[in-house]
Amino acid sequence: MGRRDVPGVIPPSPTLDDQFFWDGIAEGRLVFQRCAACGVVRHPPAPMCGECHSVEWDTQESSGHGYVYTWIVSHHPTKPDTEPRVVVLVELDDGIRFVANLLGVDPEQVENGMEVGLSIEAVDDVVLPQFRPVNGSGKP
Amino acid sequence: MSGLSDTAIVGIGQTEFSKHSGRSELQLASEAVAAAVADAALTPADIDGAVTFAIDVNDELAVMRCAGITELRFTARTRGGGGGACATVQLAAAAVASGAAEAVIVYRAFNERSGRRFGQPIAQNNQARVTPPGWNWYLPFGLDTPAKVYALWYQRYMHTYGVSNVDFGLYPVVARKHASTNPAAFYYQQPLTLEEHQQSRWIVEPILRKLDCCQESDGGVAMVVTSMARARDLPHRPVRIAAATQSHLRDGDEMFDYYVGDRATFPEAASLGRQLYETTGLTPDDIDVAMIYENFTPTVFLQLEAFGFCGPGEATDFIAGGNIELGGKIPVNTNGGLLGEAYIHGMNNILEGVRQVRGTAANQVPGAEHVLVSAGRSGLVLAPEGS
Repeated sequence: MGRRDVPGVIPPSPTLDDQFFWDGIAEGRLVFQRCAACGVVRHPPAPMCGECHSVEWDTQESSGHGYVYTWIVSHHPTKPDTEPRVVVLVELDDGIRFVANLLGVDPEQVENGMEVGLSIEAVDDVVLPQFRPVNGSGKP
Repeated sequence: MSGLSDTAIVGIGQTEFSKHSGRSELQLASEAVAAAVADAALTPADIDGAVTFAIDVNDELAVMRCAGITELRFTARTRGGGGGACATVQLAAAAVASGAAEAVIVYRAFNERSGRRFGQPIAQNNQARVTPPGWNWYLPFGLDTPAKVYALWYQRYMHTYGVSNVDFGLYPVVARKHASTNPAAFYYQQPLTLEEHQQSRWIVEPILRKLDCCQESDGGVAMVVTSMARARDLPHRPVRIAAATQSHLRDGDEMFDYYVGDRATFPEAASLGRQLYETTGLTPDDIDVAMIYENFTPTVFLQLEAFGFCGPGEATDFIAGGNIELGGKIPVNTNGGLLGEAYIHGMNNILEGVRQVRGTAANQVPGAEHVLVSAGRSGLVLAPEGS
């Protein structure tokens, strides 16, 4: 079995449980699911609140601001000459950790605790929540 | 009183470990199963239960047909990937302890190098075929291989404790040293230096090099689990399943948890340790050999700390001090582990635990009695009778 060619960016494949999230991204908003009964915000999306079992929910728009919790430099598995992508786990002010990419930064300059802000952008024609460094002093 | 600890592993079987077996996965499974039944000095007709992984393509009915097993009264499969390796033994032991079966064959066989390679990128997102939280949160962002998905966790450990990839390289050197004197290991007589480790290419910068990754292997292994009462009448020293358990914590994914807690730790492994020590009354000082699942080197560091063999952040110095080598305080992966011997989804490490308790390992630890086997999300303590 040979190594398959992989698209530059693999688009999400929404389901009944997370269509709202990708609809939000298409509208330029990062929204998380919030339990309508007890108010707990959850990510990744789930059809039932693990705290109170309510299946009713609405959404809360993210502050879009946070700090890099962990990061890696991801080289494309079958396109070695393409630019590497910095993958970050961002700790958002919303109290949620979220996996995305960090743009506009040299991979050598990425650090834990970097202050980052949301930027919803098309990456290889796929619209994704991304982050860019903001001019701050990093996490205190 | 746990009935589970009145069960034992009485037979083990394995094929050769290679990069190209040249035969079907069903044949590998059948060969391993037949060898394990023969090793136990049982007949296929004695086997009435079967356990494998949920993702195994080797159907129980196909295996029983090849191995000549007459009737299965119990089948079960463990969820997920290699994290569940020890859960197969727990399922088999639970079946025996409950009376659901008398003798259970546990097997795992694949062509994971010449066939479907787990380490290769996932080329497309098919959310409908995976369980929540699913890959929508990873694949579009470039987390397309296990190495990358896990590395995003390990980086927090490196950051917290100032650990570098050179430090991680200490473990592969030990694994290959152990493999070099294990004739069954793929890397038999092929030790490794730290310099060679540092020359291997980056897989995920700056966390994992190629030699931090487990092998991709073709091969099969199998074990027979039955009651201690029956084990006493069989030829080998019974290897008692002193404890067997799993740990899956809320908001966790396969073996990584991004969303809660301190990611410089491995909370599931810590829970396994607490459960295994509590069930057996043992402490880390009582463990003679540890078999630790290592898809990637950092999981060894995290698990050494989770099981209390050393303190948080101390694994680098602990390994550098020779503590996990043969003759050290707690020899780890005496067969060479999944980096040095082979990657049979973690199951070959359990067989090494059995050999250590029997006293028949290629790299035998003298007087080994208590072997802790961990797959990260499932774990065992193996021990002789009365210990």
